[in-house]
Amino acid sequence: MSARSALGRLLALGPLRLAALAAALALAAAANAVVGYVVIDGRLDGEWYDLRDLGFAVARLRAELDAVAPPALSYWVTALVGVGGILGFLGLVLLLGSWVERRLLARFQIRRGPNRVGPFGLLQPLADALKLMQKEVLVPRGADRLLYAVPPIAVFIPAVLAWGPVPWAPNMTYLDINVGVLYVIAVSSLAVLALFMAGWASNNHYALLGAMRTVAMMVSYEIPVSLALLSVVLVTGTLQLSEIVLWQEQHRLWLGLLLPVAFLTFFFSSTAEINRTPNDIAEAESEIVAGYHTEYSGMKAGLFIAIELGNAVVLGALVATMFLGGWSLFGLETWIPPYLVLAAKTGAVYFVLVWLRGTLPRFRLDQLMGFAWKYLIPISIANVGVVAVEAAILVRLDAPGIVPLSAFTLLNIALAVACARFAMPEPSGGPSAGRGASHAPVLTTVLGGLRASERLRSAP
Amino acid sequence: MSFDLAPTLGHYLVVSGLVFGLGSAVALSKRNAIAVLMGVELMLNGVNLALIAFSRFGAAFADDAAALSGHAFVVFVLTVAAAEAAVALALAVLVYRRRETVDLDRISSMRW
Amino acid sequence: MESTGVAVAFWLLSALTVGGALLVLLSRNLLHALVFLVVAFLGTAGLFLTLSADFIAVAQILIYAGAIAVLIVFAIMLTPLASRDNANSLYAVPGILLGLAVAALVAFAALDGGWPELAGEALAERGFSSTVAAIGELLLGRYVLAFEVASVLLLFALVGAIVLVREEPPAGDGEGREP
Repeated sequence: MSARSALGRLLALGPLRLAALAAALALAAAANAVVGYVVIDGRLDGEWYDLRDLGFAVARLRAELDAVAPPALSYWVTALVGVGGILGFLGLVLLLGSWVERRLLARFQIRRGPNRVGPFGLLQPLADALKLMQKEVLVPRGADRLLYAVPPIAVFIPAVLAWGPVPWAPNMTYLDINVGVLYVIAVSSLAVLALFMAGWASNNHYALLGAMRTVAMMVSYEIPVSLALLSVVLVTGTLQLSEIVLWQEQHRLWLGLLLPVAFLTFFFSSTAEINRTPNDIAEAESEIVAGYHTEYSGMKAGLFIAIELGNAVVLGALVATMFLGGWSLFGLETWIPPYLVLAAKTGAVYFVLVWLRGTLPRFRLDQLMGFAWKYLIPISIANVGVVAVEAAILVRLDAPGIVPLSAFTLLNIALAVACARFAMPEPSGGPSAGRGASHAPVLTTVLGGLRASERLRSAP
Repeated sequence: MSFDLAPTLGHYLVVSGLVFGLGSAVALSKRNAIAVLMGVELMLNGVNLALIAFSRFGAAFADDAAALSGHAFVVFVLTVAAAEAAVALALAVLVYRRRETVDLDRISSMRW
Repeated sequence: MESTGVAVAFWLLSALTVGGALLVLLSRNLLHALVFLVVAFLGTAGLFLTLSADFIAVAQILIYAGAIAVLIVFAIMLTPLASRDNANSLYAVPGILLGLAVAALVAFAALDGGWPELAGEALAERGFSSTVAAIGELLLGRYVLAFEVASVLLLFALVGAIVLVREEPPAGDGEGREP
């Protein structure tokens, strides 16, 4: 009762409508249980009507196609089904997500949020998109036409590609490649260039500053991200995302508990990689207007705004997969469809992201960069060393039982608490603090070539 | 799709040769130090492509591990390319600081 | 390698790669050249995929398109506006001719070399299913010395690059940067 009303307050839904929503969800779950446990007697028999894992249906489709068509066709059809599924899900997320985010932010800030267009304001994102499409797209004078046109589309590519290796269910992975972790890192590193091009081509100082901030920040935070994922790979012994989920399912242990330092490092650094508050200095509206997309208007700006949402949801799925057990839920995944489990975990991570956005102020550029280089990277390297020793011990045990795993879990949590409690740097001074040296805009001065021009000007 | 369009070792080697040649043309004909570096990276790419193509198609390997040596070589090439890019770009920045230019035609003195 | 998918992918990706490389040579703007360079890198990564070299393809994207391209961005932004063109040097014509001669030479050697080449059944058999573990064993087994030397080289390059571009803090200036 209290949980229901809390949820209702959070989303500002009336009790009656909340009841309707809950009833619809319960009906869907009941229908699924009927299919799973009455019709096929609870067995995961891998038939196409076993909708707890859509991979079965696709496999059946491929078998039917192979019987009547040349073998190449089933590849194309599978590819289309997978891409269609991913794009459909992404579209749904982009439509619903911005409503959820604004609604939640409104609750955090004690206001109502969008509630006029459609039921509960659900059609607000659609109305926003229509409005943006009607607006004129202005190209600033002196802009680089080619490089100005490409980035709004190019930023979407990494966010779509990163969904590929995410396992939705035991047999439901679109791109089950055995270099999945590397693939995710590689794909996400492509976004840097698109954002830089957007800022540079706009022929605008604020945009260029935002672009250089983006590049510096993303390059710095890629290192802790990679090191965090390296410790995941060390423990599980595989680069394949589905295998990582299987490891967590077999050991009944979420890697976020076993590797808390890696988990928190990955989460925080990824918020920097995708420009989410509190790390959104690349588009800090109180400092540099809107950063790299200052000069974009109409639907092009809309695409940049939409992709931040898309990135946040991808991040949620990756965190859920690698650190929160993915589709597994301690045996419950045979009752609840695994993809719903993953979606719920993704949504939970996304909720935390919105929560952070509603709660924390933005860091300064030098604070953020200093935090990456002076704190996160040393801590991550030390953590990789600790995890390597633990992984070596785990490999030498026949079947790592509950004792070593829980011992390592407790040890790592203690280490994480120690790192956060005792080794955390003081946030370097505000405008009034200390020597005044730490907040000289060193990076932007150097990057803009300003120092060289100063020297030229002052040369005799 | 007619059969002679299916790629063989020769196809991949021609592509790698084209990339290598274009890369060397860029490296030899540009006057901007950074553009020259881009050309060098293209040349390394062509070499990588040839190595991987031989490792996939070559018939003279004893076993799969021997064939995968090509992949190991490419890993080393990638490492060296990253190191080389970092040092070369540092040099370019340094030269720019000292001489206010990265134009290779104007950086002609042997010492300064 | 009879499957039409691989053939289509090969022709598209090699067009992408060679076209990108050609546009690096032809474009007038250094940042445009960088974009085409990244296109060529991505095309090469795709070609690696058609050669079933998954690890190398991903490493190519990560290192070339991710790291080296960003390094080049930094270098371009650190040098002044005036030198952001992609103009030819005094020796452009002989340089381009030499490059084309190299390409022609390699193509001739490739087509006329009579390399011992797998085809048909034997080619399909060598479909490296998992290259990561095998490459790891090679790197830490047969080539462990080269691996260690490469890591030392990376360290030297890192330290060298930092030493080269480090700016001396202005002497006697009260507001020096952090030590």
